[in-house]
Amino acid sequence: MKTESKLQKLLDSGHFAVTAEIGPPKHASAHGIRHHAHMLKDYVDATNITDCQTAIVRLSSIASAVHILDCGLEPIVQMTCRDRNRIAIQSDLLGAYSLGVRNLLCLSGDHQKFGNEPSAKNVYDIDSIQLIYLMRRMREEKLFFSGEPIKEHEPRFFIGAVANPFADPFEFRVARLEKKVEAGAEFIQTQCIFDMERFERFMEMVRERGIHERVHILAGVTPLKSWRAAKYLQTSVSGMIVPDDIVERLKKAEDPKREGIEICIEQIKHIRNIPGVHGVHIMAIAWEEVVPEIVERSGLFPRPKVE
Amino acid sequence: MIIAQQKPIKDIAAMIADCKKVLLVGCAGCVTVCLSGGEKETEVLASSLRIMRRLQGNHLETVTYTATRQCDPEYIEALENLVKDVDAVVSLACGVGVQYIAERFHDKWVVPAQNTMFVGGSTAHGVWEERCGLCGDCILHRTGGICPIIRCSKSILNGPCGGSQYGKCEISKDVDCAWQLIYDRMKALGKLDKLLEIQPPKDWSKSRDGGPRKAIREDVMIG
Repeated sequence: MKTESKLQKLLDSGHFAVTAEIGPPKHASAHGIRHHAHMLKDYVDATNITDCQTAIVRLSSIASAVHILDCGLEPIVQMTCRDRNRIAIQSDLLGAYSLGVRNLLCLSGDHQKFGNEPSAKNVYDIDSIQLIYLMRRMREEKLFFSGEPIKEHEPRFFIGAVANPFADPFEFRVARLEKKVEAGAEFIQTQCIFDMERFERFMEMVRERGIHERVHILAGVTPLKSWRAAKYLQTSVSGMIVPDDIVERLKKAEDPKREGIEICIEQIKHIRNIPGVHGVHIMAIAWEEVVPEIVERSGLFPRPKVE
Repeated sequence: MIIAQQKPIKDIAAMIADCKKVLLVGCAGCVTVCLSGGEKETEVLASSLRIMRRLQGNHLETVTYTATRQCDPEYIEALENLVKDVDAVVSLACGVGVQYIAERFHDKWVVPAQNTMFVGGSTAHGVWEERCGLCGDCILHRTGGICPIIRCSKSILNGPCGGSQYGKCEISKDVDCAWQLIYDRMKALGKLDKLLEIQPPKDWSKSRDGGPRKAIREDVMIG
């Protein structure tokens, strides 16, 4: 189904999409979000707005999205299942759509144990696959989650989901991706890729099952600032694989930050040649200002225009 | 069975700080099996509380009793005479026992000596693990006999999430990823295709969210 999403138009017309991520602040000012939105708007097609990532309380994803829209950039609202039951999810998403949000990314959400409210009661009333399915049904069959009809103005989001090729059980990862597509996901953003070999194997399995023809896959990349950041991701973050040679390369670099950017650009150039990948998703965690350079030097600038 | 763990003795002592005489009631049910509230633990707790108070120069008299079960009114009745002259009752049962005693002796101060934790079983001597989420709508036939509601930290019905690695859950290296277990079991059973079916949202009205639940067996009701 066609939606009003610019990102969907780009992907459907065969362009290699570029999305980035903006993490809302831990305070009540939109100043930083707006600054980043202005900086990114000509370089990316849409920006994810994280929903209290790593379970840390931040300015709301939907409120941030409105600021982003106001700056002339298309937002992708992230919605986690961690903090809301199905009543709150539907209410928030109706609200988001009414405010002009057209892209939705459905996630289960990081467990609250990692955030700044570890004693919070989590919700997980529905899971991410159920959220995808229910949002698609809301859009196409005009039904609330309960099955009650939506009389008018159903939200018509372009629906996305995430995939992590680096979590286990590896053999089930592609099946789970397929399950998300089956549920109604139309675009997929992956976890940050550092282990290119494993990602290539993952994509091979995706192609074998023809999944890349049914969904737009955007490969996740993250520029690293230091070898310590690489080591941290390697050892302390679940579901991540960072090969030793990346850690070593950053360790040996004279200017690790520049090296991190170089690695990221190399990765994007490599990813562009992997069949079935339809775009790149740049997660420059708290380092948004390097995104324009990465996009430009990866040969992805200027961004195509769509009606 | 229900697994409970005794509260720190300081916390129990604080709840009865104003009392001169208390009745400690153990339970011969689940909490005896998980070694937290049976006859032995009741005696040990009584003795510990007395010693603590003696050290403070504040004498405490204790009476102990272990009920067959605290979750059945007939076994609570037996406390009638013991309860009369005490200032408080310390229940070593699960939360059900505490409530049953409080309901039966509504003018008594009744305090819990335990934290009621979960429904589980022992995996090794002295180790108990949670196995059931008491959701009221069992789906174990779909998940290879492993409960994702309680054993997956996100209760995902279509898992595994992106935090599963090396068979462990993202929240701790000591916690098995329930979906890895489910995947392994379904694979061994030749039923992996079952995991590709999209499981619908759960009907939580059969769980706590539907208010306190009641089970009725009319065939065994009297009168």
